[in-house]
Amino acid sequence: MSSTGSAASRRLLDEIGSVDAVGIEERVAKYSTRSIKRASKVFGLKLAVSMVDLTTLEGKDTPGKVASLCVKALHPHVAPDEGKSLDDLPPVAAVCVYPAMVRHARRHLGNSSPVRIASVATAFPSGQSPLKTRLAEVRAAVSDGADEIDMVINRGAFLAGEFGRVQDEISAVVEACGSRALKVILETGELETYDNIRAASFLAMRVIRPGDFIKTSTGKTSSNATLGNNQVMIEAIRDYFLDTGIAIGMKPAGGIRTAKQSLAFLVAVKETLGDDWLTPARYRFGASSLLNDLLRQLVKEKTGAYQAPYAFSEATESY
Amino acid sequence: MARLIITKTPKVYVGGAFIRSESGRTFPLKDSQGAFVGHVPQCTRKDLRTAVEAAARAGAGWARRTAFNRGQILYRLAEMMEARTGELADAIMLGGTAAATAKAEVSTAVDRLIYYAGWADKYEQVLGNVNPVSGPYFNFTVTEPMGVIGLIAPDDAPLLALVSLLAPTIVSGNAAVALASETQPYPAILLGEMLATSDLPGGVVNLITGYRKELLPTFATHQHLRGIGGTTNAEERKLLQSGAAESIKRVKLTSAEDRFDWTTDTAQSLYAIRDWLEFKTTWHPIGS
Repeated sequence: MSSTGSAASRRLLDEIGSVDAVGIEERVAKYSTRSIKRASKVFGLKLAVSMVDLTTLEGKDTPGKVASLCVKALHPHVAPDEGKSLDDLPPVAAVCVYPAMVRHARRHLGNSSPVRIASVATAFPSGQSPLKTRLAEVRAAVSDGADEIDMVINRGAFLAGEFGRVQDEISAVVEACGSRALKVILETGELETYDNIRAASFLAMRVIRPGDFIKTSTGKTSSNATLGNNQVMIEAIRDYFLDTGIAIGMKPAGGIRTAKQSLAFLVAVKETLGDDWLTPARYRFGASSLLNDLLRQLVKEKTGAYQAPYAFSEATESY
Repeated sequence: MARLIITKTPKVYVGGAFIRSESGRTFPLKDSQGAFVGHVPQCTRKDLRTAVEAAARAGAGWARRTAFNRGQILYRLAEMMEARTGELADAIMLGGTAAATAKAEVSTAVDRLIYYAGWADKYEQVLGNVNPVSGPYFNFTVTEPMGVIGLIAPDDAPLLALVSLLAPTIVSGNAAVALASETQPYPAILLGEMLATSDLPGGVVNLITGYRKELLPTFATHQHLRGIGGTTNAEERKLLQSGAAESIKRVKLTSAEDRFDWTTDTAQSLYAIRDWLEFKTTWHPIGS
């Protein structure tokens, strides 16, 4: 970070408080040690299913792939044998696609779908396009039928200490979203420190609306959502809520592949933000393969037999 | 100055690493005189699950290796065992086997590996086929490995039987999760150390130790195990067969009551390789 950047950052951190990195690491290490079995495990797994933003963000996405994604989002588990599907399984929270795929998703889900459509926009994942282009992309996704917009912040501006510019850009996207929910991706992997993650969380929360989200990462860099990043961000959400009464949602994304991981994240939410955040309206998982593992574990809980990934549209070696 | 005795902690070989049971449990291993030898991991169904996952991860890559390469690696394993013959024989003698018999068991186990290493790039010629059809097509039958196979080793001949089960399973590209003899697990612990230095990719062979009663129900029902082989008594066989019916896996078991003789040449066969193969028939038009 440049010297002007660090000065701006110091001023902000004086105001919001800095992060005890060792404390965070120690706190999150405990989350994975909770013993969650049987009924509570099934409850947690089903809750996690309802929070999944089922994602496909690849250059090779096709309308056909988006169509299958939508079917899976609406009916996460359909067993080949009648009567063997999981009962009372909720649909996932949303599908998450590129702007060009939004209209295809809308066509398959219809207008009154329980599954929402989230679209990454603003030159995802780098955000390195002129603001005008980024806003046009948001408007296009909204007019094609997106319910939620996932934007990336300008990390270059943030690291250079131009906090005003970061916030102005977020405000402009808020405006372009209209009534649609907004998720602000901080890309924690590029922010280097926990202090920066906390600072960026506050910058974003101060200009977005109640019901909007902050989100860890794009899933396109090597460093993704971790329990540590998640903890820094949900503590920021808690502190902001206690200060202002405004409830902001949270979405960890990228690298959450197993049911076990997702349960640890839910433990973090319950023990930091409380039950009010244990709802898809305030907490989401951005993931592509997590849903399959959740289903695999739910079927294991139901039948008692360990299941193979190939029965849940995963490759045989994908453990 | 008297030296502190350094004893070895027996660990099981899973996913290319030497691990204890996730439960932290062990059971005491005693020699035939009742003297304490060591604490052997008492693996749980979760350890078995972990082992199956390791096998599934390693299996695809192993199956893609050339047949020649798989043969070379089995041969290399035989080399590793040959160099540690004495140690392996000592491990077998813990169970009360006479020295000469134990030595003979080790050499037979090494020879058995060589036998199957030789088959690696030859079984396809014998088991596969070009089928005669009445049309302008080629019709081939080729073999494919099944995937992850569970093996239950008997208490007789704890090293030789285990090797005789493992070698024909992995030579064709399967991955294996094997439960070592409950009464004589130590040779399997040593075999793990040799597997680790044999160029065999980690996870292709996973050896676990523990109680059959605890582990067999999971062997029976785990959906990702595509086959189950080895030696069991009648009660265990029934359990495995009904679990296998539910999860649709192939069962090839011998009876513990028969006291199968693992030492003779009848214990090695091309058909032991065939036990864990699927056959695929393809049609191909003959060019003009």
